[in-house]
Amino acid sequence: MAHLSKELYEKCKSVVALYPEARSALIPLCHMAQGQEGWLTSEAIEDIAELTGVTPAEVRGTASFYDMLHLEPVGKYVVAMCTNIACMLNGSMELLDHAEEKLGISAGGTTSDGEFTLEESECLAGCDKAPCVQVNHRFFGPLDNKGFDQLLDDLKAGKLSDDVPSHGVLSRVDRRFPLALSPSEVAAERAEMENAKSQRDEKRKVSEGAN
Amino acid sequence: MAVTSFDPIVSKRLRIPNSHTLEVYLSNDGYVGLKKALSMNPEDVASEVMTASLLGRGGAGFPAGRKWAMLKNDLVKYLVINGDESEPATFKDHELVEKDPHQIIEGTIIAAYALGVTQAFIFCRGEFALGFERLQSALNEAYEYGALGRDIFGSGFSLDMVIHPGAGAYICGEETALLESLEGKRGYPRIKPPFFPAVIGLYGKPTVVNNMETVSNLPWIVINGGAAFAALGEGSSAGTRLFALSGHVNRPGWYEIEMAKTTFRDLIEHPDLGGGIRMGRSLKAFIPGGVSAPWFGPNEMDMPLSQDAVAQAGSMLGSGSVVVMDETTCPVRAAWRITKFFSRESCGQCTPCREGSGWIERTMRRIELGAGRMEDIDLVLDACDNISPGLSWPPKQTTICVLGPSIPSSVNSAITMFRDDFVAHIKDGKCNYA
Repeated sequence: MAHLSKELYEKCKSVVALYPEARSALIPLCHMAQGQEGWLTSEAIEDIAELTGVTPAEVRGTASFYDMLHLEPVGKYVVAMCTNIACMLNGSMELLDHAEEKLGISAGGTTSDGEFTLEESECLAGCDKAPCVQVNHRFFGPLDNKGFDQLLDDLKAGKLSDDVPSHGVLSRVDRRFPLALSPSEVAAERAEMENAKSQRDEKRKVSEGAN
Repeated sequence: MAVTSFDPIVSKRLRIPNSHTLEVYLSNDGYVGLKKALSMNPEDVASEVMTASLLGRGGAGFPAGRKWAMLKNDLVKYLVINGDESEPATFKDHELVEKDPHQIIEGTIIAAYALGVTQAFIFCRGEFALGFERLQSALNEAYEYGALGRDIFGSGFSLDMVIHPGAGAYICGEETALLESLEGKRGYPRIKPPFFPAVIGLYGKPTVVNNMETVSNLPWIVINGGAAFAALGEGSSAGTRLFALSGHVNRPGWYEIEMAKTTFRDLIEHPDLGGGIRMGRSLKAFIPGGVSAPWFGPNEMDMPLSQDAVAQAGSMLGSGSVVVMDETTCPVRAAWRITKFFSRESCGQCTPCREGSGWIERTMRRIELGAGRMEDIDLVLDACDNISPGLSWPPKQTTICVLGPSIPSSVNSAITMFRDDFVAHIKDGKCNYA
């Protein structure tokens, strides 16, 4: 019995079909599974392993390398606060202190009501809006202490549900087109292109020779 | 030096509302370059790019045309676009992917056509969730429009493209780590030489990896010709480039600038660009090209934004991100934070990088927090020297990839330029900037 919903499982299969090798879909599938659960449960990992033709240990071993893939439960909102150089110069370390105090957790922790996970992150490429924060990978900034408190209030009140989807970066827009070319067609196309190129080279040689 | 005026190339649509949609793209020269490219021979497209002397915009600055020429001929070969922008303080690809995804797709198709590739991948940093959505939507639109798929615009050329998400790892911006990640593995850089991706790349097949901004230039180059691109800028620094400006400036943001014609002072102080340092303070130091680059001080402000000039002065334009630090900045803290980043992002394969970054980070933290010992300064430099012997520029390499040799840059700069601050931290037992 698959743990991922039937709909998601089918969607995963269509993503696997985009790659020359099934394992390439491993990370996209992890994102998609997190869209359902928020994190990578053992059952989801087993499904991903089956879909990509590797062992569950290989899925786990790969996922553990990446900051965005969670092997433990996270809050409804993952608040990632950048403290790297551009944000640091604009007061993000002090903002992180404030966030820890406000939420009553240290960076890396989750509030007891399961609403917020706080992360100290590396540069999020929002340096023109420093200090910047991501909530479930949506950008907010520049933020001061007051702005941060307001952000938390808005999230709690559900005011940002259009801007901040639930987990999973691949949850909102699907690819609508399968690959246009089958592998045998690709091989034929390539052979044809090579052939056309060598004919052009031949022609060029002839015309250069004539000159 | 001055701020030159020119028609923007990669940023021309970034300020137009809904620039990410096909409709707006088409009404602003969208897919014109592709149509022209498809009417040319693939080799002639490649030759225009060679003429343009377009340098790779990822960080290493390798000429794109030469990279293409190195691709080993094989029936199966791939094109991969690197949009895993993670060098701290760099946010140009972030803008491009959110505001002009079609330009990236069009550039990728042109590159694929020139290279004779029939499957391309765009690797988009996972944290760019909105950018990923827009890229995926743009891809759908491009297929629908006939710019992708079978027999593109009736030219006989066919191409499939896949948008692939990263999952949060700086190292995956290194091209061989990116290929590993795209194969569904941990982002461990591959050993090279002898085999670069152009010979053994994705799935062991010849592969070109180009940066997102690099390919974003291609539609313009095809429309206007390589010579027109090379006429902008100077020498090997041809064309324009998106610079990301951050830190203590009045107007942080991205600015498209003609290379080699504009100076760091222009970028930081010109009212249309950085607008000067905040609160009228004076400059302490600036980082010219991402945190892997050695720092510059007030003396280098009048240097042009030229790859060669910056390299000769012992640093690099790198990823095109300039970070400004004013007089109130604690150099110990800044260098410590940068080292902490490298320590966290080291993939762990090579001992000098894995262990060295941790040693330096812990020692720097000790100094910053006021618990340092006078011999710590030399200890830090010694650890740096073990990662990159001689602390020269360009750095010597003891590791598989260049992440390791990038670690000493900021620490060495901070100690060389501001040794007194380190001594004061240790003597006073505290940070006097806090």
